[in-house]
Amino acid sequence: MLDWLPQNVSTFGSEIDKFFYVIYYITTTVFFLVTAAMIYFLVKYRFQEGKPARYYHGNNTLEIVWTSATLVAMLILAVASKPLWSKIKQNPPPAEVIIKVTGKQYNWEVLYPGPDGAFGTDDDYQVDNNVHVPVNKVVHVLLGSIDVIHSFFVPQLRLKQDAVPGREIVAWFEVTEAGSYEIPCAELCGFGHSGMLGRLIVHSPEEYEQWVGQTWPDN
Amino acid sequence: MSEATAVKEHISHEHHGFMNTYIFSLDHKMIGKQFLLLGLIMLLLGGGLALLVRWQLAYPEQPLPLIGASQHYLETGEAETAMDSYWDSELSKTEDEQGWLVQKMPVGIITPAFYNALFTMHATIMVFFVVMPILVGAFGNYLIPLMIGTRDMAFPLLNMLSFWIAVVSGAIMLAGFFVPGGHAATGWTGYPPLSTDPAWTGVDWGQNLWCISLIVLGISSLMGSINYITTIINMRAPGMTYMRMPMVIWALFIVAILLLLALPVLTAALAMLVFDRLAGTTFFNPAGGGDPLLWQHLFWFFGHPEVYILILPGMGITSEILPVFSRKPIFGYKAMVLAMASLAFLSWIVWGHHMFQSGMNPSMGMTFMITTMVIAVPSAIKTFNWLGTLWGGSIRFTVPMLNSLAFVSMFVIGGLSGIFMASSAVDIFIHDTYYIVAHIHYVVFGGSIFAIFAGVYYWFPKMFGRMMNEPLAKVHFWLSFIAFNCTFFPMHILGVGGHMRRIYNPMQYEFLQQFEHMNIFITMSAFALGLTQLILLFNVFHSMFRGKKAGDNPWNANTLEWTAATPPPHGNFDAIPTVHHAPYEYSAPGISEDWLSQTNELQPTNGNGH
Ligand code: HEM
Ligand SMILES: [Cu+2]
Ligand SMILES: [Cu+2]
Repeated sequence: MLDWLPQNVSTFGSEIDKFFYVIYYITTTVFFLVTAAMIYFLVKYRFQEGKPARYYHGNNTLEIVWTSATLVAMLILAVASKPLWSKIKQNPPPAEVIIKVTGKQYNWEVLYPGPDGAFGTDDDYQVDNNVHVPVNKVVHVLLGSIDVIHSFFVPQLRLKQDAVPGREIVAWFEVTEAGSYEIPCAELCGFGHSGMLGRLIVHSPEEYEQWVGQTWPDN
Repeated sequence: MSEATAVKEHISHEHHGFMNTYIFSLDHKMIGKQFLLLGLIMLLLGGGLALLVRWQLAYPEQPLPLIGASQHYLETGEAETAMDSYWDSELSKTEDEQGWLVQKMPVGIITPAFYNALFTMHATIMVFFVVMPILVGAFGNYLIPLMIGTRDMAFPLLNMLSFWIAVVSGAIMLAGFFVPGGHAATGWTGYPPLSTDPAWTGVDWGQNLWCISLIVLGISSLMGSINYITTIINMRAPGMTYMRMPMVIWALFIVAILLLLALPVLTAALAMLVFDRLAGTTFFNPAGGGDPLLWQHLFWFFGHPEVYILILPGMGITSEILPVFSRKPIFGYKAMVLAMASLAFLSWIVWGHHMFQSGMNPSMGMTFMITTMVIAVPSAIKTFNWLGTLWGGSIRFTVPMLNSLAFVSMFVIGGLSGIFMASSAVDIFIHDTYYIVAHIHYVVFGGSIFAIFAGVYYWFPKMFGRMMNEPLAKVHFWLSFIAFNCTFFPMHILGVGGHMRRIYNPMQYEFLQQFEHMNIFITMSAFALGLTQLILLFNVFHSMFRGKKAGDNPWNANTLEWTAATPPPHGNFDAIPTVHHAPYEYSAPGISEDWLSQTNELQPTNGNGH
């Protein structure tokens, strides 16, 4: 089933996938064990003439065993997920490129700081929907919205973060492969929600320099 | 144990006449049936809306079958069929003169705005007007007095009001379809600011009516829950100790407590939303110092207990039916009760798992991840105990049993898929995708709805005095089970592929092109699933009048409702029964039958006492 995952091109994406696989194997095993036990019981203990049911009310040892076993397994899973979660959402590595992305019905407004590296100055460059970034660089996205909640989703980066009016939320990623990827909006934002679609264009370093030179205003 | 206090007044309030018997009845059994009817009608409507959604996803922006315009008309503008002429004449009118249908789906093509209203109302109706009225309203009302051995609810008048207020709420909700601007279109979760300002959606009174309807429904739930709690605490028959209560009564008791505590939170949130919309307050508007996330906290603080309100009665019904048809005591009664109580408790502290990607402080993610992982434990305990109940049984594959077994296995899938999302890191990818939609439907359709099927098949003979048609019921079960899995299992795959939920047209995205065929397959399965439910409806209404007459205890079950006459008269029992033992004493040694009514003594006595 996991073959259906879109190709991953971000640094942390492969770690998310690894967790996805681990949980997938655990839950699939549990599912097959439970189902096998159920089918076995249903066949073995089906009604048969002269074979009465057991008068049996349960077993406290078993209850304690399976409760603590699942509890321990679940806690391990939670604790194991923590570092990855912190890495993606809490402790971003220092930014090498910073851009601002603002959701608005039904476009992503993308703002580049321009040559001076600061937002809100005359040399900022703004464009709708096209996010140009260099490959193998840590990119910080300062995410906001001017109207309703949107969600910045790049399936191939395994990145999703809601954009909330009134807040600036920092999302980050580092892409490992140049190319062009879709940025759908993942949070219902009105009748144009479907089709609210940006594009992430990941350049090789040379290409990126070239793009900056051609499009950013001169200082 | 406490006496059934209301007996005297109760018998005296027995009136006759059509209005008092069928419409403004104070009898818990009639009120239960009224809730059942309300739920089944709404099920048809909610299902119909879902099929419209599915049509659009499989055949985006193509005219609907039957009512849509023909290809010929779309290409040439010449009307060919009767519908073509209809669309043709409607489209030539001015906008204010055009009919309802043409505004929602010109030439039979669903508009994006109407699509959003469709999935919003599908979920709203299913959660609030199908699963809650049937599982809590119908089964709760019908079963509680009968199974604890009393004559009626503690407050019959409140009970009647609770039903009729639910009807008023339903009417307000349905009215929303016909107001200018259309019905609420912000999802059943109604996130602000989308839901606070008509400017963002074009929806005006639709959203207001949505809020008002749910506020009114909250009053109805409150009345019901107070009634259930009071009745269960005060009116149990002599000998019916808490630990001798049937599991479904435990489930409904816990659900009533959840309702009592959770619904007011929703009501408060809805009131704030209405004020933001109509009175210019800014609870959820950052420009005025408010916060959109406040709504999400309130909504999910209600919302997660709510999903347990939807599943606990189903767990109770399953726990009721498995022992009966395994002819065996339930495995781990105490553990089962404790598991339900801990689910109810934990359900208050996991709400943040719906908000991992919302912008909520990510350090709270860890906390909610742990609590969410922990809530999987009682779910696992329930499953293991159900398996334990089957172990060593003498299993009869009746229709209620088949549906209960389906409940168990589908609930397992839904619970296991929850673990993926509980891991906040994995949730980054699958949040707001079809993976969530698959999870929801495995627990709420595979769980709650299969439990409804099981419960209806199981208690129908008591309710209506007649058996349901068994071959037809088996056909209904197997077709539902297969079509259900064909509809919802592939949604996991869509989710893994990143397919977002609540989108109008997946074909607008390159990375979703590959799913066109899967979406078509899902839609065809969904139509099959929808059509299959007509078998159930036919069976219910046909059996009500034509079914084989049922005896008092057709399943040889132990609980008290089966000691009442079939169907039970007003006041339920000739004399209030006395309870001697736990509800699931099946196949006890030293007894000739393999069952033992709760009213009979477990240890055969020698006549002179012990
Ligand atoms: C093992 C137990 C369960 C776990 C670990 C679990 C976990 C979760 C998580 C983490 C989410 C949020 C996912 C997201 O939006 O990204 C979720 C959504 C949901 N769950 Fe569960 N769940 C469990 C059982 C249930 C049950 C028993 C029900 C209902 C009967 C249920 C109904 C829902 C619904 C309706 C949603 C989606 C709400 C929405 O966004 O519209 N879940 N679940
Ligand atoms: Cu959107
Ligand atoms: Cu939840």
